[in-house]
Amino acid sequence: MTTYSDDRYYIPHGSHWPAVGSLGLLFLMVGASTWLNGAATGFYVMLAGLAIIIFMLTGWFATVIGESEGGRYNAQVDKSFRQGMFWFIFSEVMFFACFFGALFYARNMAVPWLGGSGNSFFTNMLLWEGFESTWPTNGPGNIGGEYEAMAPFGLPLINTVLLLSSSVTLTIAHHALMAGKRVQLTSLLATTFLLGFAFVYLQGVEYIEAYQHLNLKLTSGIYGSTFFMLTGFHGMHVTIGAIMLTIIWFRVLKGHFTADNHFAFEAVAWYWHFVDVVWVSLYVFVYWM
Amino acid sequence: MTAVAQAHDSHDDHGPVKGIRRWLFSTNHKDIGTMYLVFSLTMFFVGGAMAMVIRSELAIPGLQFVHPEFFNQMTTMHALIMIFGAIMPAFVGLANWMIPLMIGAPDMALPRMNNWSFWILPIAFSMLLSTLLMPGGAPAAGWTMYPPLVLQTGDAFPFLIFSIHLMGISSIMGAINIIVTIINMRAPNMSLLKMPMFVWTWLITAYLLIAVMPVLAGAVTMLLTDQFFGTSFFLAAGGGDPVMFQHIFWFFGHPEVYIMILPAFGIVSEIIPVFSRKPLFGHDSMVYAASSIAFLSFIVWAHHMFTVGMPFTGQLFFMFTTMMIAVPTGVKIFNWVATMWRGAMSFETPMLFSLAFVFLFTIGGFSGLMLAIAPADIQYHDTYFVVAHFHYVLVPGSVFAIMAGAYYWLPKWTGHMYNEKLGKWHFWLSTIFVNLTFFPMHFLGLAGMPRRIPDYSTQFADFNAIASIGAFGFGLSQLLFVWVILSARKGKLATAEVWDNPPGLEWTVPSPAPYHTFETPPNIGANIGFEK
Repeated sequence: MTTYSDDRYYIPHGSHWPAVGSLGLLFLMVGASTWLNGAATGFYVMLAGLAIIIFMLTGWFATVIGESEGGRYNAQVDKSFRQGMFWFIFSEVMFFACFFGALFYARNMAVPWLGGSGNSFFTNMLLWEGFESTWPTNGPGNIGGEYEAMAPFGLPLINTVLLLSSSVTLTIAHHALMAGKRVQLTSLLATTFLLGFAFVYLQGVEYIEAYQHLNLKLTSGIYGSTFFMLTGFHGMHVTIGAIMLTIIWFRVLKGHFTADNHFAFEAVAWYWHFVDVVWVSLYVFVYWM
Repeated sequence: MTAVAQAHDSHDDHGPVKGIRRWLFSTNHKDIGTMYLVFSLTMFFVGGAMAMVIRSELAIPGLQFVHPEFFNQMTTMHALIMIFGAIMPAFVGLANWMIPLMIGAPDMALPRMNNWSFWILPIAFSMLLSTLLMPGGAPAAGWTMYPPLVLQTGDAFPFLIFSIHLMGISSIMGAINIIVTIINMRAPNMSLLKMPMFVWTWLITAYLLIAVMPVLAGAVTMLLTDQFFGTSFFLAAGGGDPVMFQHIFWFFGHPEVYIMILPAFGIVSEIIPVFSRKPLFGHDSMVYAASSIAFLSFIVWAHHMFTVGMPFTGQLFFMFTTMMIAVPTGVKIFNWVATMWRGAMSFETPMLFSLAFVFLFTIGGFSGLMLAIAPADIQYHDTYFVVAHFHYVLVPGSVFAIMAGAYYWLPKWTGHMYNEKLGKWHFWLSTIFVNLTFFPMHFLGLAGMPRRIPDYSTQFADFNAIASIGAFGFGLSQLLFVWVILSARKGKLATAEVWDNPPGLEWTVPSPAPYHTFETPPNIGANIGFEK
């Protein structure tokens, strides 16, 4: 009988999943491009690409989960996965940093300059006469028409509470996993993703409110652009995170994860804390200040 | 499980599977490295062909061969293809091949993701190249994609944006893989400061890639939403600012410059000691210098934008931080020279390319220092002086280092020596022609010839003619490179060491390197000092 000794690093020998993923990306990107260029069929090509990518993710993760549960991975492989996840989250942090950077630049530089600050007196006088720098703003051109800004206390505050408590329940669930308390683990993990989905739902309610009652849209100048791009990408990440938590929950129900072997659980937990931290920054800089 | 495991295990010591599946489904770092290198060489010729179009048009004053709009498409596509398709994948290919061999790892840490990183690239570049055939043609606003000009791109626009997203995904996954491999897969006893310089520079490069590729993705996403979904990021009427794009772009763009040069530093730091028969001078200071360069790369970006109208304090800040980069770079140059000092030097092709790198990259560095001076840059900005500067750091810089590495490690990859005489021919032709191409551009720029214009005043005619002759000579010389690689199949057999007593684990495995190496970690003594 062959055993995988602890000093042997598991190297897979060939995999068709990356190639399937590349095919999916081809369909997705070409479909999206042609759709944006006005070809209606592009939309369906894009959906096909998305379907291929979901198929790939399912198959690829199933393979890895099978290998993990089959005891193929030693501690060093586990470390690779952990470090890989860490650096992936770092790349996500930089992606959000880009949009936060745009927000800060617009608020502290671009908009004041349009209002004539610094050496931009003539810019203001000749190009945008009468425009005074304020925040929030949809710019001197009143792009998107009159709108109301999103109030920070109300739905966004409830959402903050939801997301912060979900991080707490997740951490307690993690401790329960380490202590082998499966019932507590299952129930708290379920609470976590339910809080996550509740957040996504309320975010949807907030968007409808913004579009229907506040006339606050993606097209509402720089405020609308930064508001919806930041909260939109964040909401997308919460959705993905909540789906991942659900998958982890099903794996817990199947009896996966032990105190020593639960990389996937921790990876999802890290990701969830990451979207939580992004939300706190969003709440402070987009809604509140 | 055991049955599966046994069935699986029986494959372990076999060579590669046959046919297309070997490449399409590969999880082997050597195969993936080879694919990266072949892809890079292909793109080098595609981008090179576009450079020939540019130099044909510029050979004499007036408009003769191409429409100005097509000329702009050529400059834009040439840059995108050379940066993202030729230089970066070449370094990733070398990393794939060499890092596991240099640190004694059985493969890259995440082999399946390694495959995906590569196979995204052909898709990204098929999308990008397909834009040449679209209504409105290929992107023509320059590789920097400044709005509002880039928003006038035709059907190519979303293809440009999404191909950049794909290149970013590929780079990020590749970089994560390299970082994790270096941190987690080193042979026992190989502490961080014992790592070969190529591994060190790639560790830093990978960090830069993960930090800035997402920022580029964000920037082009904002372009996309401005174009199609009505956002106002770069629209002043909506409170946005086109200059904001330049800031975000160059926050990516400047570290990107070092992404394309740090691995080159690593390669020449491997080669110069071997052919000087001395250990690398100041190994640790090289590490600190590369780290300083990486740190500084994040706080210099606006030196690309001195003429855009930023606050005076901003100009001063970015001028001084930029000039500071000369210090760690100088440390590196002096260390290479000190490595050669009183060494028993020999001049095989890899060494020749490395020597040319030290000389010619330094020229590019000095012209960079000139450009860093904000008041002077107001004169140089958007002239051929800038073109001369960055081609000096990229062609006899990055590209020469890649070629040096290719000659240096080719015997390890193929098991055969290349033809030294032809290699030297390739070197001398490349070096002469590269200078003939790019050195006159300094004069053109100082005399005021603007970049990205297909026609020019007759006063610039002579230097342009020389540059065009040089460009065609350089382009044709690269066919010789392909011939040297192909003809190496018939070259004499290489020993495991290949060169004269080179340090490093890659020379302890046979040539060609077996399909699987270091399946159990090599036992390196506690005292092994690779380059100390």
